[in-house]
Amino acid sequence: MAEMVTLTIDGKEVSVRKGTTILEAAKQVGEEVPHYCYHPGLSSPAMCRMCLVEVEGAPKPMPGCVTTVAEGQVVNTQSGEARHHRQGVLEFYLVNHPLDCPICDMSGECYLQDYVHAEGRKHGRGREPKRVFGRDDFGGDVLFYGDRCVMCTRCVRFMSEVEQDHRLTVVERGNRSVIDTFFDEGLDGTHFHGNVVDICPVGALVSKDFLHKARAWDLTHTPSICTSCSQGCNIDHHTRDNLVQRLKPRENLDVNGWWICDYGRHNYEWMNHGDRLEAPLVRGGEPSGAMGWGDALRTLLERAADKKGSVKAVASPFASNESLGALKRLVDALGGGDIVYRSPRAEDEVTLEGFPTLVRRKDLSPNTGGAGRLGMKRVGDDEGHGGLENVANHDGVLIVLGDGLLDQAEAFGADAGLFVYLGTHGSAAAAEADIVLPITSHAEMEGTFTNYEGRVQRFWPSLDAPGMARPAWLVLGALAAELGRGSVVKTAAEAFAALAAEAPAFSGMTYDDIGTRGAVVNESVSLTGD
Amino acid sequence: MAYPYVSDHEIRIVSKYFGDPKQRRVETYVERGGYKALEKAFEMGPQGVIDEVKGSGLRGRGGAGFPTGVKWSFMPKDSGKPHYLLCNADESEPGTFKDRELMRWDPHQLIEGCLIGAYAIGAGHVYIYCRGEFFEVNQILARAVEDAYAKGYIGKDIFGSGNDLEVTVHQGAGAYICGEETGLMNSLEGKRGQPRVKPPFPAAVGAFGMPSTINNVETLAAVPHIVENGGDWYRGFGTEKSPGTKMFCVSGHVNKPGNYELPLGFPLMKLIEDVCGGMRDGRALKAVIPGGSSVPIIDAEESARCNLDYEGCIEVGTMLGCASVIVMDETADIVKQVRRMVDFYAHESCGQCTPCREGSSWTAQILKRIEEGRGTEEDLDTLMEMTQQMVGTTICVLSDSVAAPVQSSIEKFRDEYLALIRRGERVGAA
Repeated sequence: MAEMVTLTIDGKEVSVRKGTTILEAAKQVGEEVPHYCYHPGLSSPAMCRMCLVEVEGAPKPMPGCVTTVAEGQVVNTQSGEARHHRQGVLEFYLVNHPLDCPICDMSGECYLQDYVHAEGRKHGRGREPKRVFGRDDFGGDVLFYGDRCVMCTRCVRFMSEVEQDHRLTVVERGNRSVIDTFFDEGLDGTHFHGNVVDICPVGALVSKDFLHKARAWDLTHTPSICTSCSQGCNIDHHTRDNLVQRLKPRENLDVNGWWICDYGRHNYEWMNHGDRLEAPLVRGGEPSGAMGWGDALRTLLERAADKKGSVKAVASPFASNESLGALKRLVDALGGGDIVYRSPRAEDEVTLEGFPTLVRRKDLSPNTGGAGRLGMKRVGDDEGHGGLENVANHDGVLIVLGDGLLDQAEAFGADAGLFVYLGTHGSAAAAEADIVLPITSHAEMEGTFTNYEGRVQRFWPSLDAPGMARPAWLVLGALAAELGRGSVVKTAAEAFAALAAEAPAFSGMTYDDIGTRGAVVNESVSLTGD
Repeated sequence: MAYPYVSDHEIRIVSKYFGDPKQRRVETYVERGGYKALEKAFEMGPQGVIDEVKGSGLRGRGGAGFPTGVKWSFMPKDSGKPHYLLCNADESEPGTFKDRELMRWDPHQLIEGCLIGAYAIGAGHVYIYCRGEFFEVNQILARAVEDAYAKGYIGKDIFGSGNDLEVTVHQGAGAYICGEETGLMNSLEGKRGQPRVKPPFPAAVGAFGMPSTINNVETLAAVPHIVENGGDWYRGFGTEKSPGTKMFCVSGHVNKPGNYELPLGFPLMKLIEDVCGGMRDGRALKAVIPGGSSVPIIDAEESARCNLDYEGCIEVGTMLGCASVIVMDETADIVKQVRRMVDFYAHESCGQCTPCREGSSWTAQILKRIEEGRGTEEDLDTLMEMTQQMVGTTICVLSDSVAAPVQSSIEKFRDEYLALIRRGERVGAA
C-alpha cells in the first residue's frame, strides 16, 4: 500500500497517494483545475500558468500540475485569488489571439474558448494590433494556425517524448515564439502525428482531413474500438448525419493510453460506404427474390433441412465475438464443420516508443483474437487472399459471414448444396449464393472484439443500420435456436452470455464486467489458427 | 593607473588592480600574493572555508543577496554524485558593468575564487558561464585559465594537496535569460535557455542533473580575500546585516560615472555628490534606479534617504539588486526610460510563461502608445492591474522585473504619463 497523504481541496478532505500533484488530487474531489500545458501522458513544464492555485501558507500561487500534495495542506482552486490569476492569464492569452472562433475547427471543444467563457473578463482591454504568424503546413495530416497557438508545447513534447521523433520545436523566444518544423521536414512519414491535433487545447493544430467538415457541437461521440489492427485501440466515433466524420482516441491506459496511430485514425471511410445490401435475397427455387426476414430465414431452414452433416464456413475477423459465437452454434446445429477466416497482415509492426504498449500490430484485423479462441483457423496469405480452395467447391452447406470474397472467382460456391452469404456489401463471388442476408457493420451494432492479448472490449453503435440489415449474431442466433441450439438471443448482452456459456475462453465474463475498459479472457485456453 | 575615475571613499578590495593590465598575467598575480588563499583554503578544509565565508556575512552579489556561506552549506555532503560550481558571468542587467571589469582586469582573482568555492562544496569542475557579447573578456578568461593550468593552479593534484579541480569557460550566445540560474544550466547543457521549475533546487538537481551551486562573479572574486584575511576582517566593512564592500556601477547623468567599490550602507546622495562628482551640468536629481533596471525606481526625495545596502534600499521601497545605480536628472523622460526598459524585457522573455510572454510585450505596446501621445488614463489602470498579474505568477522573476519599473514609475511619476496623455488628447492623437 502506497503512503497516503490527506489534504483539503476546496473544503473537501481527500486522501491521495504521496507524490500526487494537486491537479490530479483535485480531480478526485471533482474539481477540474484549468490547464493547457499539462497532459497526463507528457512531462509538465508548468509554463501555461493556468493551473495556479492558492495553497495556504505559500507566498505565491502554486502551479497545480507540478506541486505535489503535502500532509495537512489546504488548497483552494476556486477561491477569489485563484480565479483572479486565471482571469489575468486568460486576458494575456487573448492579447494576440485572433478570436476567429466562427471559422475555427476547434470551436466548441476549445479550452481557450471554454475557460474564457467560464472565467474570463467580459471585455478585453487590448487595443494593440495583434501579432500575426499565419498558417503553415506541418506535413502529414496537420495544419498549423500560428495565431491561435497558446504555446503550451504539448505537440513538441508529444513528438519528442512519446513518438520520440523530434520533428517539432519552438523557435524564437518571448512572444515571437512559434512552433515550427525543422526546415522542410514536417511530420510526413511519422506514424502517430495525428495525436498532436488531439492534444492541442486550441485550434492551432488542425486535421486536414477534418478541416471545415463539421462543427464540434454537431458531432455525436460514440465509444468504439479501432478495427485497423489487432491492438484494439479505444476510440470514439464522431458522427453527424449518420456518417462517421472522424475517429478520436479514447483513454485506456491498458491498451492505447491517450493515443492512436494515423493508420487507424484515417481508416474510417469504409464505414460510410453506400451501395449496401439492404434486404434478404433468395435465389433459385420458390420462393425467390427480395423478401422479409421471416420468409428468408424460413426458406433457408427448409432448404438446409436435407443437407445437414457437411458444413463449411468462412468467417471474418471483423465480425464480433457474439457473431462468431452464433456462427459456431449454427454450424454445430447443421451437423458441424470447419470454420476458417482470412486476415491481412502487415510486414512490420510500428511501436509508439514513448508508450510501447501501443503498437500498430502486424495482424490487421480487430478480432482474430476472438476467431482463434473459438477454434476457427486462419487460411490464405498476408493479403487476406486465397486459401479457400477446399471451400469454393464444397458440395454441402456453405456459409460465408462478412468475408467479401473479393479475390474469389464468380464460380465460388457453385457446387454448394446451399450457399448462404451474410455480408454488408454484395460481391461478384457471392453471385452464386442461394441466400444473401444483409448484416450490419461493427459501427452499426453493439458487440465486442478480442484483441491481440485476449482483451475483450465493447463497442457501441454509432450509425443507423441501412434498410433491413441486422447484426449477424441476431440472424445466426435465431437460426441456431430454431435448429435447437440455444435460445433466441435478443440483445448483444444475451448473445455474449450465450457465447460465454459455450466458449471456455469467455466463460464467466459479462458485459458489465467488461465495461468500457475491457477484460482479459481466461488464458488457459490455447490459441489456434495463428 | 588610469582607470577612468577613482575616489577616496573607495575601499578597493576586489577592484584593487583595475586599470593595471599586468594583473592579468599569472606571474604578476602570484607576485602580488595570488593563489595564496587557495593554498590556505586547502589547509582549512571544505567546512573551514564554508564557516569562514559564513562568518564574513558575504551575500550574493548577483542581485538576490542570499548569504553565500549558507548557500554552499546546502550542497549534499555524501551524494556520491559529481558536484558542479557554476560561475554566473552572464552579466546582462541593463546598467550593470561590474563583472565585466572584474574579469577583464583581474581574471585570476575570479579563478582563484572559483577554485576555493569548488573545493568548499566538493565540486571537481567549475563552469564559468560568460556572456556571449563579452568577446574580449572571454579571450582574457580563456588565456588566464590556460595560464593557471600551465602553472598547476588548476588541474590534477594542485599544490600537491591531492585536490583535482577543472575549470571550463563557456561562452554564452547572448540571452539575458541565461543569467537566470536554471536558465543558465539549461543553456550550459545545450538546451534552450529557459528557466526550470523549482523545486528541485540546484543544490539537489542542477547542471547535468547533478548537485550544483551557482555564484556571481563578484561574490567569488571576494572569496580569496575573505579566506586570506578572515571573515571578521571582511565584516569590518559595511553594515551589520550587509557586511563588506560592493561594486557600484554608476551610470546616467553624473559627472563621473563608473565602477566604484564602496562599503555597503554608503549613502546614495554621497555616492552621487562626493564620489561621482555631482549631477551633470548642476541639474537637479529626478530619479534613481539603484539596483539595475529590474528594481523599482525611486524619486529624489527617496534617494535622499537611501543608504545603499540590502536593507536600506528595501526601506525606501526598492532593492539593491546588483547595485547598478542609474541616475536621471530633471531632463530625463521617465516614460521613455521605462518603455525602453520594458522593450528590453519583452525582447528577452524566454516565452515559456504566459504572463511574461504576452504581458511583457503588451506592456511595451501600451507604453509605446502612451509615449506617442495616443494613450488614455484607463491605460494607466490597465498597466497597473496587468503588471500586478505578472508578479509571482511565473517560473522565474523576469516578469516581476517588468512590473517593478512600470508600477513604481506610474506611482511616482504619474504626472509625466498624464502630461503625455493630455498632450495627445489636445492634438487629437488618441
